[in-house]
Amino acid sequence: MATAADTIEAPPAPPPPAAQPYLFHRHALLVRVTHWTNALAIFFLLMTGLNIFNAHPSLYWGPYGASADAAHRWLEIGSKNVGGEARGFVRVGDVTVTTTGVLGLSTAPNGGPNPIAYPSWATFPSYRDLATARNFHFFFAWVLILNGLAYLGYSLVSGHLRRDLLPKPGELSPANIAHDIVKHAKLQFPKGEEAKRYHVLQKLAYGGVILVLIPLVILTGLGMSPANNAAWPWILDVFGSRPNARSLHWVAANLIGLFIIVHLLMVVLAGPINEIRSMITGKFRIDPEKA
Amino acid sequence: MMTGLSNRLSRRRLFSLGGIAAGGGLLSACDGLARSDSLGGIIKSAEAATMRWQRAIGRDALAPEYTLADLSPDFKVNGTHEPVEAEYQGMKRGGFADWRLEVGGLVTNPMRLALPQLKALPQRTQITKHDCVEGWTAIGQWTGPQLGLILKAAGLKPNARYVVFRCADNYGGEASKGGAQSTSLYYESLDLIDAFHPQTILAHSMNGAPLSVGHGAPLRLRVERQLGYKQAKYVMGLDVVESLAGYGQGNGGYWEDRGYEWYAGI
Ligand code: HEM
Repeated sequence: MATAADTIEAPPAPPPPAAQPYLFHRHALLVRVTHWTNALAIFFLLMTGLNIFNAHPSLYWGPYGASADAAHRWLEIGSKNVGGEARGFVRVGDVTVTTTGVLGLSTAPNGGPNPIAYPSWATFPSYRDLATARNFHFFFAWVLILNGLAYLGYSLVSGHLRRDLLPKPGELSPANIAHDIVKHAKLQFPKGEEAKRYHVLQKLAYGGVILVLIPLVILTGLGMSPANNAAWPWILDVFGSRPNARSLHWVAANLIGLFIIVHLLMVVLAGPINEIRSMITGKFRIDPEKA
Repeated sequence: MMTGLSNRLSRRRLFSLGGIAAGGGLLSACDGLARSDSLGGIIKSAEAATMRWQRAIGRDALAPEYTLADLSPDFKVNGTHEPVEAEYQGMKRGGFADWRLEVGGLVTNPMRLALPQLKALPQRTQITKHDCVEGWTAIGQWTGPQLGLILKAAGLKPNARYVVFRCADNYGGEASKGGAQSTSLYYESLDLIDAFHPQTILAHSMNGAPLSVGHGAPLRLRVERQLGYKQAKYVMGLDVVESLAGYGQGNGGYWEDRGYEWYAGI
């Protein structure tokens, strides 16, 4: 289905007379399908991942890491009793932050106190169930990988990656990046011809997710698998150990979560109907530069 | 805007009530997915895919081995800490002198092996990582004969496909870890590829000393390319079988009967 015209670039035909909004073919079918498949997979992966983390809510750095290895534990989410009152907390290194209500101690769906790292509304299933969470996690890990390979293969062959996603040399100049940051801060989104391309911050965010965070989350995930450690020990060598891989898996997942928050915010600010339509039907309305 | 405030308040309350209802609805809809049997079948298909893939990239690959400097100072005792069963307690009092490893099922030469006999076989010592399904990792040194050696001595019949490990402990079914009190003894199983893997051993020693009760005395399985729950402790017997149907609920292990993967390579 992906024909030459199925790309994000301007169609060869001249645009209709200016001052008239018109629909522009923005996203190729394959990009649209893989985008929504990816979104579904990532939502399940994040929520099952939080459920899995709840089984042992500590992270370690070093060759081994378990409850007794306090010297290697750099992060902990839990609850403790302070003067007869239960408190949720997150500890990173020497810094402890009280997080009662959200992390460490939250409210169960039945209204009672829930001493658990991530609250029930953030996990799938909403209750403690490591077996089900793992089964879903690994199913959607396969979806993420196969879907990602389809997307990457298409984007390399069609030129989408090079043309639309990788910043051009000039775009990376500090002045251009600063300009883009200022425009974002003023909530000015491009119009006219400018709106047909991703601007530099968008490219960096998308490129960072596609080429850095998702590969990192996959490799660190594989780094925790004992059978993969035997077959591909180089992954363990890259990260140093299984506890390190688990720590970095958690960090990468958090950064993906952060990306999603900013991504959704930008979609809403830039005009959610036009934006989301463009990712469903491919058509994006271009407003002329001078309204 | 005098009435605006109360309007806003009640509207906000309505919103938050609506939010809670929608959130609750979403939660139970999601949990419905988790409990759906038809979806469960599709979800579980990933386990077979993972096993096929991992066998394709490293059927005979060796798990990484470590040095004495890497040993966990305090290797966590997990699962059963001490079997309460009278039979086990009796053997423990006698220093496991009466304990015998029963090797039976689809073998031409069933055996009953005492600990000294197992120790007289060629031994393998390996320092490996123990990867718990919960996410923690410990490093320990294990010594014992290779399982493959014992299976060869017993002689497998042509229809042999799995080795089932029968254990001494009734896990006790901690409610937080899988529900109801266990009605059957702990058990585990491997297929022949992992059973004959060179690092698959029946360990009688850990870190240079006889296994402690917490770590599975007198004998435990080490299958180094799978998760902790496969490393059956308190092994009493091996049954070579064609099908796993006759044990527990037929899923091949205590935790497998509680929803965990039989192939625990990830
Ligand atoms: C329901 C949640 C989501 C919505 C509504 C959404 C919406 C969108 C929209 C409208 C675009 C097109 C932006 C434009 O044309 O300027 C887009 C692109 C993109 N989104 Fe999302 N998104 C969602 C979730 C995700 C997630 C979870 C990820 C990955 C972690 C993601 C990664 C991307 C990437 C990489 C692109 C650029 C695709 C390309 O051009 O090849 N999105 N998204």
